[in-house]
Amino acid sequence: MPDSRRSLPYGSLALIAVIIGAGASVFAYTAGWFSPQRLTPNKMVAAFAPPGGPDLGHRRNHAKGICFTGTFDSNGAGVELSKAAVFEKGQYPVLGRFNLATANAHAADPTVRVRGIGIQFSSPDGQVWRSAMIDAPFFTVSTPQAFYGLLLASRSKDPDAMKTFIAANPEFANFVAWAKSAPWTGSYAEEPYNSLDSFVMTNTDGVQHVVRWSLVPKATVVPVSEDELKKRGPNFLEQEITQRVASAPQRWTLVLTVANPGDPTADPTKEWPADRRKVEVGTLSVEKIEAERNGPCRDINFDPTVLPTGITTSDDPFPAARSSAYAKSYDLRTAEAKDYPRTAPGAKP
Amino acid sequence: MNRASEHFSPLQRVLHWIMAVCILAMLFIGVGMVSTVMPKYLTLVSIHKSLGIAILALALIRLAVRLRYGAPALPLNLPEPMKLAAVLSHYALYALMIAMPLIGWGMMSAADYPIVIFGGWRLPPILPQNDSLHSLLWDAHYYLAFAFFALVLLHIAAALFHALVRHDGVFESMASVSTDHEAVQPAE
Repeated sequence: MPDSRRSLPYGSLALIAVIIGAGASVFAYTAGWFSPQRLTPNKMVAAFAPPGGPDLGHRRNHAKGICFTGTFDSNGAGVELSKAAVFEKGQYPVLGRFNLATANAHAADPTVRVRGIGIQFSSPDGQVWRSAMIDAPFFTVSTPQAFYGLLLASRSKDPDAMKTFIAANPEFANFVAWAKSAPWTGSYAEEPYNSLDSFVMTNTDGVQHVVRWSLVPKATVVPVSEDELKKRGPNFLEQEITQRVASAPQRWTLVLTVANPGDPTADPTKEWPADRRKVEVGTLSVEKIEAERNGPCRDINFDPTVLPTGITTSDDPFPAARSSAYAKSYDLRTAEAKDYPRTAPGAKP
Repeated sequence: MNRASEHFSPLQRVLHWIMAVCILAMLFIGVGMVSTVMPKYLTLVSIHKSLGIAILALALIRLAVRLRYGAPALPLNLPEPMKLAAVLSHYALYALMIAMPLIGWGMMSAADYPIVIFGGWRLPPILPQNDSLHSLLWDAHYYLAFAFFALVLLHIAAALFHALVRHDGVFESMASVSTDHEAVQPAE
């Protein structure tokens, strides 16, 4: 029995305090509380916010968008590369979202240079494949850290911030050149959408290939000047795609591009040589457009790491960074659902 | 009577120490994964989901074993507030071991995320997609994780207090490697 008249066992108590303190400290270190320089999903997502603050209830990037549904007609050619069920010959339901690469959910369509698509393919085995792609042929910068730097530089009050950034990340100059020279179009239906990131496909024999994929439009691409687009109004893309799909389904060919050994698979700023093998695996048909506010894409996080069996991430660091940031964005906007302009179920749009 | 009268059964001791490692790993992986955008994010999230389901299964087995075999009595001379703390903290530990994986599973379901564990086994959703449910469960998962870690630290501190200060056999009732769960081991 401990003797209350004896002096307390200070040594033992101190040892216990040291052990508990060390445990708590290692935990805090793991959580990043001692590492203010660590790039966290919270910091990445916060960096997207415009000076007036984020659009509450909306995605923190690609905030403006419109939902679609349709089908993917798989021709069976993809089976050679991946055992994912969606590549077996057949028809699969698709839902998705055309969007603009901006944090402003109310941006005027002609003011946003980069357009994108979020898409989900469903297969009868219950698996889904999600992808978020953009119309640029290569990405802005080589690493998630550099992308964070780009966000900071673009919001910086220092007039030399962008110059300093480009000097440190020369690959960004290629993207600027593309943005200045590539033709604009007047329709989401005329845009190609590219994964940019690479992924690993595994077929039934266990053979692996690194691939990127693209949706290549079947519509005729009609270049339109930026000035002409500005006359078309702030929501012309949404109006145009709604009317266009109402009159006829809009189609894209899904193309897988297979890397050769030694191709830069970890850097989405580096295009692969044009002679790389391309496999057309099927046709996407967009058959119905719905406003986002009560549409089927609203509640979907188009996380590019949501992959079916037969596709996995590669050594490209972006899908992981995007997954972490998209999850944060989803957590924020679902917590802010009251700020999102929903229409009541059953209400007329 | 100064010492616990017996040990936990060997099965209970094995379950305890396996789960101790799993739960500590789980808590560290959890705070680590949400603080990084590096490729290890995906690896950590994947381990977190698989380990979470493993902990849920182990916790349910452990609860059944505990109901079947009970626990050694606490020392008779343990002060009442410490007895109460011991009893309540163990209820809380069991509740968290079972609730945290279910909250995580529900949170993923309410976000309409596929739940893939052990590299390819897909779990069904246990809730429909729902923004407010997702937020509620996300907050619960986040704050209860810190409460869980605090409780684990308290549990370790109390165990060491029994071992190093009180020498009352409570620590040995779980820490002994003896397969005999009747005999009292001398504390020193």
